[in-house]
Order: sequence, then C-alpha cells, then structure tokens
Amino acid sequence: MARTEIKIGGFGGQGVILSGYIIGRAAAIYDSKHATMIQAFGPEARGSACSAQIVVSAEPIAYPYITTPQIMIVMSQEAYTKFSPELAEGGILITEEELVKTHNLRKDLKHFSIPATRFAEELGRKMVLNIVMMGFMTSVTGIVGVEAMRQAVKVSVPKGTEHLNLNAFNKGFEYGEKLKSGAA
Amino acid sequence: MKADPKGVVAGAYFIDGDHACAEGAIAAGCRFVAGYPITPSTEIVERIAERFPLIGGMFIQMEDEIASSIAIQGAVWGGKKAMTVTSGPGFSLMMEHIGLAAMTETPCVFVDVQRGGPSTGLPTLPGQGDMMQARWGSHGDYGIIALCPNSPQESFDLTIKAFNLAEQYRVPVLVMLDECVGHMTERVVVPPADEIEITPRRYWDGPKEGFLLFKAGPDRVPPMVKAGDGYNIHVTSLTHDERGYPVMTAAAQEKLVRRLIDKIRLNSDAIVECREEQTAGADVVIVSYGITSRIAIPAIEQARREGVKVGHLRLITAWPFPAKRIRELSHHVSCFVVPEINYGQMVREVERCVAGRTRVERVSHGGGAVHNPKDIYAKIMSCGKEERK
Repeated sequence: MARTEIKIGGFGGQGVILSGYIIGRAAAIYDSKHATMIQAFGPEARGSACSAQIVVSAEPIAYPYITTPQIMIVMSQEAYTKFSPELAEGGILITEEELVKTHNLRKDLKHFSIPATRFAEELGRKMVLNIVMMGFMTSVTGIVGVEAMRQAVKVSVPKGTEHLNLNAFNKGFEYGEKLKSGAA
Repeated sequence: MKADPKGVVAGAYFIDGDHACAEGAIAAGCRFVAGYPITPSTEIVERIAERFPLIGGMFIQMEDEIASSIAIQGAVWGGKKAMTVTSGPGFSLMMEHIGLAAMTETPCVFVDVQRGGPSTGLPTLPGQGDMMQARWGSHGDYGIIALCPNSPQESFDLTIKAFNLAEQYRVPVLVMLDECVGHMTERVVVPPADEIEITPRRYWDGPKEGFLLFKAGPDRVPPMVKAGDGYNIHVTSLTHDERGYPVMTAAAQEKLVRRLIDKIRLNSDAIVECREEQTAGADVVIVSYGITSRIAIPAIEQARREGVKVGHLRLITAWPFPAKRIRELSHHVSCFVVPEINYGQMVREVERCVAGRTRVERVSHGGGAVHNPKDIYAKIMSCGKEERK
C-alpha cells in the first residue's frame, strides 16, 4: 500500500483528534502498518475549524505532514469550505450529511455522506457521531482493517462507553456497506 | 543493570514524542521531575504528573524554570534520578543551572522541546534554534552532551540514553526535541523492563575516611555519594579542589575545568553516535538531526532517482559533535548540505571540521514549519551541477 494521506476536519469538541488517533492507532498497532498523526495546535483547536492529519503507509513514513490528502472526512461546514480544496484529484470526500452542504462539489471527487448525527442520536448519545463517521469511513475507504478499527475504538474511548461506541462504529460501517451495495 | 519493572509498562503504544519522553524518563529510573509547564513540552510533565504517584515518584510544578532546574539538582544529591522539561524561553532561564550541574558534576537531564524563537517566538510551532545555546548557553567553559531524537520511539529510547550518559559521565545531558517530534503521534514500543539497560549511579562504597568527592579515575569521572550517607562532602559552584572546597587560583581552575571539558572531549569516541546511510562513495552528504532528518529523506530519494550519489549522516549526539567522522568524509565528498530549522548553527560545526576542503551548503528555515523537501532537493541538485561542470 502506498502512502495515503487523510485529513479530518470539524469543530473543536467534535472528536476530530480522537478520530485521527483511532485511525492511526488501528493502522500502527492493530494492522501492522505505519502511521503518523499530527494535530493542529493553536486557536483552531478551541472552537473553530480543527483538523487532524494522518498518514498511513506500508512503509516507514519520513515526512509526517500531509500535502494533498487522498481521503478527507469533514464534520462541519467551515471545515468543508476551508479544507476540501486541498483534496487530491479523484480523492474521497466523506461528509456528515446534515452538517455539511456540499455546494460547488468538485466533479472529480468520490463523495460519500452519512447522517451520522441522526444515527448517534438514535443510539442515545449525539457525542458518538465521530465514531459513526469512523465506521462509515472504514467501509467506504478500506484504508484500515475493520477489526483493527474496532479494536482501536474499544481501547481509545472512555471506560464504560465501549459498548455504545462499538454500536456507533457498527452503525456507520453497516450504512457504508449498504451504500456500496446500492441498498441505502 | 536492568530497569525497575515498576516503572515500565511494556507494550506497543500510539503516543506522541512528549509522552514517549516521559515514559523513557520513567523507564530510566527518573523519580523526580520539577518543571514549569510550557508549550510544546507540557505533555511531558502532564504524563509524569499522572504516572509518578503510582510508582513513588515526585513531580513538583515550580514557580519558574530557574527553580525547576535547581530543584532537580537537590534531588540528585538526595539520591534520585531527576529531570526538568522546558522549551526556548524556559531553556534560557535554565542556563545558569546547566553550568551549575556541569561545575558540580551533578548527573541530571534537561529536555528542551524546541519551538520557534527568539524570545516567546512561536509557542506551538517547531524550531531548531537552540542547538548552539545547548552547547554554549551557560557562561564559562564546560563539556556537555546533547541528543536529538527524530521520532516518538527515539524520544523514548534517547531519554533513557540521556539518563545513562548523565550517570556514566556525571554531567547534565540535554534532550533536544522539537515541536514536531514532541507533538507527532506514532507507534512506540516499550520493551519489558529486563530488556532495558540502565546505568546505575556510580556510587563510592569505599571507606569514609579520606574520601574525595571530586577525585576522578582514569576516565576523568569522579564517583558519587548521596548527601546524608555519612561521607564528608562539600558541593560548591565555585572553583574547587578534590574535596570540593573553594580554591580561587588559576592552578585549581586549570585542574578542574580542564577535566570537565576533557571528560567529554577525550571520551567522545564512546559518546558520539550518528547514523549513516549510503555515505560511502557519496558525492553529496546531507548532515541533519531531529525532525529535519526525516524531512530530508524525500529530497534525498528524489535526488538519487536523478542519479546523484547522496549520503545521509544523521546526528544522534549533536554534542559532542562527530568531528572526526565529518573530517574523514570531507576528503571524499564534494559537498555537504546541512538543512536545519535555524539560520545556520550546526552547519558551523560542519564548516569547522571541513576546514575549506570542500563545499558546505546550508538550507536555512527560520521556524514555524519544517522545510519543504523541495528546498533540500534543489540544494542537492545545485551541488551536483557544480560538480559536473
């Protein structure tokens, strides 16, 4: 697998950094790949657009920053506006359906969207929307193995919330699988 | 000696360089940390503060960096392994006490997670501008050791090494991280305690009668004792004799300060560590350290694809500098390229060792980001062109 650059964008507090951490941990610890994560530090980490940069590769990673991400996950309108122009030609854009209106969507992109907030609310905690997004991302990109991701979710979320978070992950994953088979 | 299993939680982690540094210190046996938290080093003391109560360590948030850098030295004389952690502005405040640790031969570790400077500069963004300060920042003359990790794994490994070198040479050792390595998250493997080699303090166990705290053996390193163990000791920052008593003469100065310098200089073959890759037969050699040693790799690979013979020498110890090796290479290499996140610091060492025998090119960056690998690539290619003329 060649070097893949992933960017996650959203508001500070939405679990953007935790999502990046879970992808990196799944790849580097449970999927025998190499991964680096760099998070944006500064005022953007405290309320406005916030981002995590992850590189996943079969080879050791020298340059840890991302330049043209092949995969982008956005959970806020501001993040969509600010970050989506950076996506590589033909890249994968994953959006939260109700939070992001993809106006002027680039024609070259593969776009997948999911009502993750609604699913999270149905599960009882709006907070787990980022984990729903992670399940969905795992299905539509295949960048990290699904079992590695489940393992990383389980050990990365607060104790006592593992069950809820795994349900959230599975919800997102199943939605992605259905979407791919044309059933959603 | 092997690491204390109480402090080592073996396993594979996905953590940043700051957290890895904290784990390295704990594995090395550090049980006292004093600090005044400062970005981008704060995560180190956060992890220490969380971990220490469980393993019998003590963390104190001091009133400032001056107090922090002296508190650790008290802890060392009380028998603990100790470190302090900071970034640029705090590092400046600690300078006097780096000199104190050198003068009193107090083994301890200073961690500087470098950010853009001068002054408060760029708190959240990387720099490598403290490299000469690490060597020469305290007044007077002394020897020092400074290490440069380029990944969270090395942050763990080299923090252990820093503690080991501090004990081996009774010297303050500096771990020169940078914001990028400190805040980058990557896989870190913490081995089981019985696979981690620890250098114990070189305690004197001979008779109390006639003991001399600053009488060195053939390696120029005197043995240690613990305050309160019954040995008559006197520790002063003034120029002192082998008993530790102040002696204000040129002869005492020559004897003591020459030894402080020689114990690093004359042991430098044993201390110096660098990693070389394809330097044999290279036309151009990149000399790099810290995060820049990773940023240079895409540039090196691209230049090699264009047919340029590029070697890479990475400093693990910035101080002492691998002078001998650079001198050897300068007889065969047509150009050294030195990228660093400052306007030219370690490159001066390269120039000194090369002594005009061949070209030395710097690739400077003021800080706030890492280099664009294209800039390093362009410099390599311009060297190659010159050579082909």
